[in-house]
Amino acid sequence: MADKINLKIDGFDVSVDKGRTVLDAAKKLDIHIPTLCYHEDLCVAGNCRVCMVERKGANNLVASCATPAEEGMEIMTNTLKVRQARRYVIDLLLSEHREDCTKCYKNHNCELQKLASDTIISDYLFMDLVPDKDFTIDQYSPSIIKDDGKCIRCQRCVRTCTELQHVSALGVAYKGSEMKISTFFENPMIDVVCTNCGQCVNRCPTGALIERNYIDQVYDAIYDEDTHVVVQTAPAVRVALGEELGFDVGERVTGKMVTALKRIGFDSVLDTDWSADLTIMEEGTELLTRLKKALVDKDPNVKLPMTTSCSPGWIKFIEHTYPEYLDNVSTCKSPQQMFGALAKTYYTDKKKLDPEKVVSVSVMPCTAKKYEADRPEMRDSGFKDVDYVLTTRELALMIRQAGVDFLGLEDSKHDSIMGESSGAAVIFGATGGVMEAALRTAYEIVTGKEVPFDGLNITPVRGMEGVREAAITIEGAKDEWKFLEGVELKTVVAHGLTNAREVMQKVKNGEADWHFIEIMACPGGCLGGGGQPIPTTPEIRQKRAEAIYSEDSNMKVRKSHENPEIQAIYKEYLGEPLGHKSHELLHTHYKERNRY
Amino acid sequence: MPDNRKLKRVDLIFTEDCSYKDVLKNTLQRPKDEIIQEILDSGLRGRGGAGFPTGLKWKFTGQEKDEEKYVVCNADEGEPGTFKDREILVRVPFKVFGGMAVCGHVIGAKEGYMYLRGEYEFLKDDIQQKLDEFHKVLDELGVDFRITLLLGSGAYICGEESALFESMEGKRGEPRNKPPYPTQNGFRGKPTVINNVETLVYALMICNVGSQKFQDLGTSDSRGSKVFSVSGDTPIPGIYELELGMSLEEFVEEFGDGDTKAVQVGGAAGFCVPRKKFNDTIIGFEGVPTGGSMMIFNSSRSMYNVLKNYVEFFREESCGQCTPCRVGCQQLLKGIEAVKKGEQPTTYLKSLMKLTDVMKITAKCGLGQSVANSFSSIVDNFKEEMIY
Repeated sequence: MADKINLKIDGFDVSVDKGRTVLDAAKKLDIHIPTLCYHEDLCVAGNCRVCMVERKGANNLVASCATPAEEGMEIMTNTLKVRQARRYVIDLLLSEHREDCTKCYKNHNCELQKLASDTIISDYLFMDLVPDKDFTIDQYSPSIIKDDGKCIRCQRCVRTCTELQHVSALGVAYKGSEMKISTFFENPMIDVVCTNCGQCVNRCPTGALIERNYIDQVYDAIYDEDTHVVVQTAPAVRVALGEELGFDVGERVTGKMVTALKRIGFDSVLDTDWSADLTIMEEGTELLTRLKKALVDKDPNVKLPMTTSCSPGWIKFIEHTYPEYLDNVSTCKSPQQMFGALAKTYYTDKKKLDPEKVVSVSVMPCTAKKYEADRPEMRDSGFKDVDYVLTTRELALMIRQAGVDFLGLEDSKHDSIMGESSGAAVIFGATGGVMEAALRTAYEIVTGKEVPFDGLNITPVRGMEGVREAAITIEGAKDEWKFLEGVELKTVVAHGLTNAREVMQKVKNGEADWHFIEIMACPGGCLGGGGQPIPTTPEIRQKRAEAIYSEDSNMKVRKSHENPEIQAIYKEYLGEPLGHKSHELLHTHYKERNRY
Repeated sequence: MPDNRKLKRVDLIFTEDCSYKDVLKNTLQRPKDEIIQEILDSGLRGRGGAGFPTGLKWKFTGQEKDEEKYVVCNADEGEPGTFKDREILVRVPFKVFGGMAVCGHVIGAKEGYMYLRGEYEFLKDDIQQKLDEFHKVLDELGVDFRITLLLGSGAYICGEESALFESMEGKRGEPRNKPPYPTQNGFRGKPTVINNVETLVYALMICNVGSQKFQDLGTSDSRGSKVFSVSGDTPIPGIYELELGMSLEEFVEEFGDGDTKAVQVGGAAGFCVPRKKFNDTIIGFEGVPTGGSMMIFNSSRSMYNVLKNYVEFFREESCGQCTPCRVGCQQLLKGIEAVKKGEQPTTYLKSLMKLTDVMKITAKCGLGQSVANSFSSIVDNFKEEMIY
């Protein structure tokens, strides 16, 4: 058992494990100490000085987030000294912050605003420093907008970018009054190693880092009677959207989301889950083909291990960081882009629509998807395959704007075609999900039998551990896959780019014998994506994951290849996985990028 | 009555009547506990300004179980008005190295680092050459200890010990949260003694002359002597080693130009003492402590300009990570300018003083905490100059 530390906070006794902080101890007593630079996902910075408390016997206040609990310590959280200090600190932050709250995208979702409203009771104590500063807003990126005028320099974004993601696109520049959060040579975000993952956006307490929103453009398309607007919804959105609209964390709102999208006026509400199933067909086949070429044909041009390609943050990361391994990345487009390419080809064919008059919108838990949709490669339909990408947060905002009472909404089903999906597609939203879905299908292709796991739940690939390895031995391979008989298929799953780097470094050092690698740029996978509701914390990710797996187990169809609409498209349009048409529409290539 | 001493010159640091080699040799033969006790008994407190008892620092670090420990010499002398470490490094570098080697012996460290102020780059080659010589002496003595010279890049904040470690580790020089303290978790996360240049020399010299001789000097709170950097309106600027505990009155009598209005003791982070308080103010930890900087101002000086200069300095030299220091310094500067121009009422000075009080108790490190010292003492004592 860990050592226990006993201390007193506001006169109450509390006991915590050694190594816990005063803030942790206060939480245990249900004492709320306001914080700003603190975030559960990140190391302690102790730099905003909002969480200052008084320690008996000490002249100076101490930062509760950064002070370890000590035996016999006496802490006061609500003394005159503490209240005044907090008031001053918040006042100082406000004096350096461009306050255009009513115009701000983060209005009502801003931690500084919340602190101010909890604390400030009269006039500001200090002069406005903002006019002295000259900040230009970096709005070149299709994903992320950075406004230093609203930055309070808590460095959450910097810690996110370096610790969680090992990308370090954001860092601290200059000192003193000039100190700011910046990039390499102060280049715009679009020109640096930023992967657009948006984890910084998800952690920014103010409006300094926000996603570029496309709400107006989407409304314009909806109001334009000549255009047919299709929308696809990503797997992870349905388990998080509710958080923004009054539901508890972990509530699945799939049916309500579909109804809301219809009420907003989308002509057709379709599902990225459908194209996730399609991705499995293509990617599973690609894996098996690579294995055959590498193991039987000994083709030196075929690279193993193969990595997944559905996370655009991961794609940009590998393009910058491990470009020599781009041939190891599956050529499959992400489900969003497969959907986009088919929305203006297959879908328009079937529905007898003019692809020029179709606007394709996606709702994603992701900010990197905005960048992905903008990539020049993503125009295989002859048009921009996905016109606008909305995050979960933007959709929630649109639902509120449209006056839809989400809590009381009835459920609806996704439209057809391209709306039907399997449980395998739903779990794309969680780390390990693509692996599990791929194994469910690939194993069955090879052996004709279901994966040997209870209820199809491949539990070894599930969980929140940063890097998880799992192996599955193939038994009873069909004749055409005989070379795989008895082969132990080795896989690894990583989420968060710090873990991705760990995996890739092992590959690079020749320390790995994996066949298949799943990487998601964001912690927890898409359910913890940069476009998901704020806050996202380890506990919240866990609950969203539980929701995803329960959605999967409630589905009638659990395997991608059994999705009738998938069977239909191969029969009627694509032919076979990796076939000619697939190559044209569903596969892509990558590009080496600078390392800085 | 304060226990104040007469102004007395001392010669412990620069004295040439002992060979550092002999001192080092003799000291290294003594048991570790005995050396620590000697330093503790002497009452030596850190000469960088903060005044932590040196013996305790060594003792705590010595008690840590780690195999890997470090001795760091803080030669990032950046406090405005201090230049005594430079003099020590030029005149008696071997004593500094010797102090480091003794410390390494006592705490069980095999590696020492000297973090030299970026602006002192011109000393680098010379110090390195002396270090090479020193390493040969260590080899002769059979001592397993090496000192590496590192150069800062010009940031004042890197004189703060934990920011200095960050800088040494190749990171941005930002102070860390404390605890943990360097004695447990310093350079590379290992137990580290970090001492000012002057402290290390005193430690070595105490081992030579004995703690009693040091204790005989100074007051109960401020034992021994100290090297002062005297500048400003003085006919005799320079470096002086003086016994601690003298009154400012005596100091001014010796160094002033006859028209001294105020003395800034301890640099921008220190206190400003006006003429009327010279008599009651002791230079030492019981009165106004100093890392050595003594700036003398005569009646021709505008204390508003003096203050503005300090605040500008802090506004620029704050690392910028913590709110009270980064924003507070900007507000202080803007505030005094606004009062001077009549854009804010004179009562605004009171708000600013209150702000420095808050900075003192909320800032993350000594920099932000000490802005209040000069600000309050100047505004308090020279209010008219701030307004008119």
